[in-house]
Amino acid sequence: MKKLISVIVVSVFTLGLMVTSLNAGEKKLIIQGSTTVLPIAQKCAEVFMKKHPEANISVRGGGSGVGIAALIDGICDIADSSRPMKDKEIKKALEKGVNPVAHVIAMDGIAVIVHPSNPVNEITLSQLKEIYTGKISNWKQLGGKNQKIVVISRDVSSGTFECFNKLVLKKERVRPDALLQASNAAVVSIVKRTEGAIGYVGLGYLNSEVKALKIEGVFPSQETVLKGTYPISRPLFMYTNGKPKGLVKKFIDFVLSKEGQKIVKGQGFVPLK
Amino acid sequence: MRKVKENLIKGFFCLFALLSIIFLLGIVIVLFKEGLPIFKITSFKKFLFGKLWYPTYEPPEFGILPLILGSFLVTFGALVISVPLGVASAIYISEIASPKIKEFIKPVIELLAGIPSVVYGFFGMVVVAPQVAKIFNLAVGLNAFTASLILGIMAIPTITSISEDAISAVPKRFKEASYALGANKWETIMKVTLPAAGGGITTAVILGTARVIGETMTVLMVAGGAPVIPHSFFEPVRTMTATIAAEMGETVVGSPHFHALFAIAIVLFLITLSFNILADILSQRFRKRLK
Repeated sequence: MKKLISVIVVSVFTLGLMVTSLNAGEKKLIIQGSTTVLPIAQKCAEVFMKKHPEANISVRGGGSGVGIAALIDGICDIADSSRPMKDKEIKKALEKGVNPVAHVIAMDGIAVIVHPSNPVNEITLSQLKEIYTGKISNWKQLGGKNQKIVVISRDVSSGTFECFNKLVLKKERVRPDALLQASNAAVVSIVKRTEGAIGYVGLGYLNSEVKALKIEGVFPSQETVLKGTYPISRPLFMYTNGKPKGLVKKFIDFVLSKEGQKIVKGQGFVPLK
Repeated sequence: MRKVKENLIKGFFCLFALLSIIFLLGIVIVLFKEGLPIFKITSFKKFLFGKLWYPTYEPPEFGILPLILGSFLVTFGALVISVPLGVASAIYISEIASPKIKEFIKPVIELLAGIPSVVYGFFGMVVVAPQVAKIFNLAVGLNAFTASLILGIMAIPTITSISEDAISAVPKRFKEASYALGANKWETIMKVTLPAAGGGITTAVILGTARVIGETMTVLMVAGGAPVIPHSFFEPVRTMTATIAAEMGETVVGSPHFHALFAIAIVLFLITLSFNILADILSQRFRKRLK
């Protein structure tokens, strides 16, 4: 019995220590979610904290789904998301008394990339769809070399895939032997080393080691995405619980300000103005 | 007073010992709580033997057969590489190498285990995969073969160190008897030492298998990630672990896809659990036999 009591005493004591350390620091802001939005949130938080030394912002990744779930559970103040919230998530939030409000903070274009040695420069949306669904499987069919197309896609739960799926595949199934990669960086890394490869990544991940294709005659760039002429683009979101107040409002306002949008551009995304 | 203090300290350590059991229990409960709801949507048979994994489409397909086969194929390939290499290294270290060489090689092999798997994955993606593509004239080098190669190397430390323990545990009198009967070193190793250490080596192989099948980051980066039923080693595959890691972050919490990922984790958990139990039984039997 004595043993049991001492066990309980010790464990309660340890727990108490943990709880008090969690409550330290008053002006705390937790941002969590999409890995696509992560660089924007991180850089903005960095600059924001320099201007407001009393604020303590912690930024975490994890993915859009994780961020939204954290917002619903009240674990974070702002959820980054590269996709709009699903009906099911909104329903769940309302049930828990959380009223999610969306803030579009930037636009992102999805560029289609190939190996630099590939002679093909241009592609139409319907050709792109046929490549990803398996109807076109050789570059010869597009006026390129006689070479098998290695189709590289993102994981089917990623926000980038969801946008590509909606705008290009029109919800048709991607061919099952497509290489599904977990990040934009991985797609770039494979495409630059594989001659027959085709992949798609966010605008911020374009570099000189891969070649971006014109789609329907339009080259992906910040200007064409902003003008709306480039066909594959999407908004990026930050979600808050109800209309933002206090520190949350200050931060969202900062992201949407001229200075914040400059950071958006600096990270390779498309600013709203 | 002294007794109270002693009890307090005892309780403190007891708490820590109990913690890992509590954690394990918690993990198992969460796994089943979050995983089982998927079987309200799809049948057990359709889940395990379905050939299509399209979790985010309308209507979704939750067939994990390609993922199970992907995991098994990569694991099998890795064992083909790591078992001969691992066991041979163990024999060399414990039976042949001079103490000086042994002192050098053993820590080096154990160092292999200390390299983070993301480093292995990066090495595989950047260095090994392009070479594999060139040598075998493939369009892309990210496939089951490359993944097996890397995972095989990763499993060597596990297999070597446990096998080495087993070989070293063979009583000296066995070998002395063999030499006394006129057997040479090779015959003694092959016909006396190895059979005597057989149970321990089997344990090593099983634990190595469990290590490989549970490996995530490396296969995520190197195996290609296509959820198709593989027909050869040179096709891209997607394993159960890679699927969970890649898809969990973005999925809607509480959706069928979310539950399906947990159900994959249950399958994986049951597989590694049975490997561990098997290894435990075998090593116990082995110890009894040597006595």
